[in-house]
Amino acid sequence: MTSFDEIYSKSKSRYQELESGNKPWIRIGTAVCGEAAGSKEVVDRIKSDLRSLGVDANVSEVGCIGLCYAEPIVDVIKPGGPRIFYGNVNPDIASEIVKSYVSEDDYRPDLALAAMSESDVDGVMNMKDLPMWSKQVRVALRNCGNIDPMEIGQYIATGGYAALDKAVNSMTPEEVLKEVQDSGLRGRGGAAFPTGTKWSFLARSPGPVKYILCNCEEGDPGAFNDKGILESDPHSLIEGTILAGYASGASNGIVFIRHGHEGPINRTLAAIEQAYELGLLGNNILGSSFSFDMEVSLTGDSYVAGEETALMESIEGKRAMPRARPPFPAAYGVWGLPSNINNIKSLSYVPEIIAKGGEWFAGIGTDGSKGTAILCLSGNIKYSGMIEVPMGLTINQVIYDIAGGTPDGRKVKFLQTGGPLGGVLPDEKMDVELDFGAMSQAGAILGSGGLIVADERACAVNMARLLVAFCQYESCGKCFPCRLGMTNLIEILERVSNFASRPEDLELMTNIGQNMAAGSLCGHGQLGWNPVQSALKYFPDDFSAHMEEKRCITGQCAQQITTPQRTRSRWSPVQLLELKV
Amino acid sequence: MAETREQHDQSIKDALMKQNAKTVTVLSSLLAIQDSLGYISGRAIDQIASYTGSTLNDVWGVASFYTNFRFSPPGENFVEVCWGPTCHLLGAQGVLDCVLGELGLKEEGDTGDRKVSLKFNTCLGACSQGPLVSVNHKIIGPKLIGDANPKDFQNSVVKIISDLKKG
Ligand SMILES: Cc1cc2nc3c(=O)[nH]c(=O)nc-3n(C[C@H](O)[C@H](O)[C@H](O)COP(=O)(O)O)c2cc1C
Ligand code: FES
Repeated sequence: MTSFDEIYSKSKSRYQELESGNKPWIRIGTAVCGEAAGSKEVVDRIKSDLRSLGVDANVSEVGCIGLCYAEPIVDVIKPGGPRIFYGNVNPDIASEIVKSYVSEDDYRPDLALAAMSESDVDGVMNMKDLPMWSKQVRVALRNCGNIDPMEIGQYIATGGYAALDKAVNSMTPEEVLKEVQDSGLRGRGGAAFPTGTKWSFLARSPGPVKYILCNCEEGDPGAFNDKGILESDPHSLIEGTILAGYASGASNGIVFIRHGHEGPINRTLAAIEQAYELGLLGNNILGSSFSFDMEVSLTGDSYVAGEETALMESIEGKRAMPRARPPFPAAYGVWGLPSNINNIKSLSYVPEIIAKGGEWFAGIGTDGSKGTAILCLSGNIKYSGMIEVPMGLTINQVIYDIAGGTPDGRKVKFLQTGGPLGGVLPDEKMDVELDFGAMSQAGAILGSGGLIVADERACAVNMARLLVAFCQYESCGKCFPCRLGMTNLIEILERVSNFASRPEDLELMTNIGQNMAAGSLCGHGQLGWNPVQSALKYFPDDFSAHMEEKRCITGQCAQQITTPQRTRSRWSPVQLLELKV
Repeated sequence: MAETREQHDQSIKDALMKQNAKTVTVLSSLLAIQDSLGYISGRAIDQIASYTGSTLNDVWGVASFYTNFRFSPPGENFVEVCWGPTCHLLGAQGVLDCVLGELGLKEEGDTGDRKVSLKFNTCLGACSQGPLVSVNHKIIGPKLIGDANPKDFQNSVVKIISDLKKG
């Protein structure tokens, strides 16, 4: 049995060779955002150019560093040199970089995005001054874009699994639990429930077999940070999950991912396998008496499968419909055994919390919301991407100082936050702080961290209609207030946006929305009214223009929106008639 | 060349046995078969039921719930267009209209010659690069084709789709 120190020193020396050895090190971001922008083509070009020029260099495919607006991103370290980032690289630019900088010594300031180094590099902005980077505090995202997610050694060399070693070999489960409780960490999956408290419920449940379920369903359109973490740094999730297991006496972990997202799935599977090989998973982890197993479970397309009890049904291979609570998952979870469900982000914080202490984490953020917020910025925005900033910054700071406002200087009209069950927040309200309480008071939950920016060309009725179309399509059909209510809401919103509304429609919508909130088992029905409610609250003029003046202020509603036919919904008898047995 | 019933049964069996889920369930079996055959046939439902010890009703129930499953062989090419809120704000509707027009379809479905199957996606997971389409599981955004301008991107997507129709 090799000790952790031996594993660490081996990994460290290999990593030092990459970082400061005698060969250039080229890193290319190949997460899904990079891929959509063409990073695969860039990798191929770089490899073939190196071969034809006869240059010896290390090439790593890394995850997403979060500056998605500049994807594909390539960065190069030459022996003894700074780390220089190049943005918006296409195969031809990649060839230039290889020719001028990797094989010769011209670092091409004209192509460079920024440089990561202590001292300034002539003609290139320092990363510390890059608007999207300067305010970031990277805890859960610390490794994203820096290490190769398929190489466990790089994770270990940068401090990974040291917290696990410390926990299983020198701390009791109670001490680990206490650190997480002291950190004040609250769940990042939507409900913001204190993570330590949730673990303590599981710790009190009896039984040799207990589960930690890691929720990467991430059906929220506009959120890509959970998949981003798995694709860029799966080991921080795995280490966090093992620590959760140790603290709560669990024996098994399951990472729950929607099928079809090959990047996150393959990288997680590979990471789990490598962790087993090094004895970081399995029996007697790192020589301790603690044993823990992990696997990946895939689900089909269903938004509600991300809800914690529906998730357990889906792991059991059934229709992803929520269960009634109680019994709560800590007493009766997946396969009827005690379970704990956490979001990927929540768990990825844990290794750093154990390494640096709960108090350190609690020192970041606001009173009610400790730590950092991991946000996905997209829509009509200059710098889109995935960032991690301390809680307590205002939304204005995020949208204007960090993300540069809209690309063409148009006025921001609203922000859609927290996924389809969240709300819309008008420009005037954007001085609200990143804080779970403050955000929900403003009517826009922080949720899973997706922030979609809409400029003045967008119509609030149109957006409400799109979000309700999503919720209607995704209703699992178990509770009739949700199933029928969403269908009625979308019918009414279609009338409104086609300028054919009836006078009683506003009252009718409110009535339906309130009934859905009161009569549904899970958040889908309970919160499905949120987008319409907040649009009505903040943009009454948009609604009255459609309803009374029969026009759309922005003209967006003149265009039809095509969404999947209602008859295709999962609970529709029409679909079943189509099936041929 | 049409597959015989025996060959079809054998492919289903192979897909079931080879699935790499650690815990085999009705859902994992359905996903494995859809991945390898492209659809869920009536025979597949029968075999999954006996393989997992479930009733036919249970298997149909799960298959009809998740919207990714289809029950007839797919077209040769698979195209997805994202209509999530980010892509919507960045011009997905225009892309969707062009794609539907080029394929001669009114909603998601297969073209008459079975060259292309079209599906709407609620979020392809790379919103920062929107508007996005996915062609045979490769995600394509405006940057990949070098078109910053929405109109050019629409034209490029139409070109890709018309090549698929010919191909
Ligand atoms: C309809 C619906 C969908 C949800 N989808 C997700 C999801 O995709 N990912 C997630 O982490 N939580 C999702 N949640 C929240 C989970 O139920 C649960 O609160 C969360 O995973 C707990 O993790 P946390 O304590 O770490 O936040 C969803 C909730 C509802 C009602
Ligand atoms: S909204 Fe289109 S990829 Fe997310």
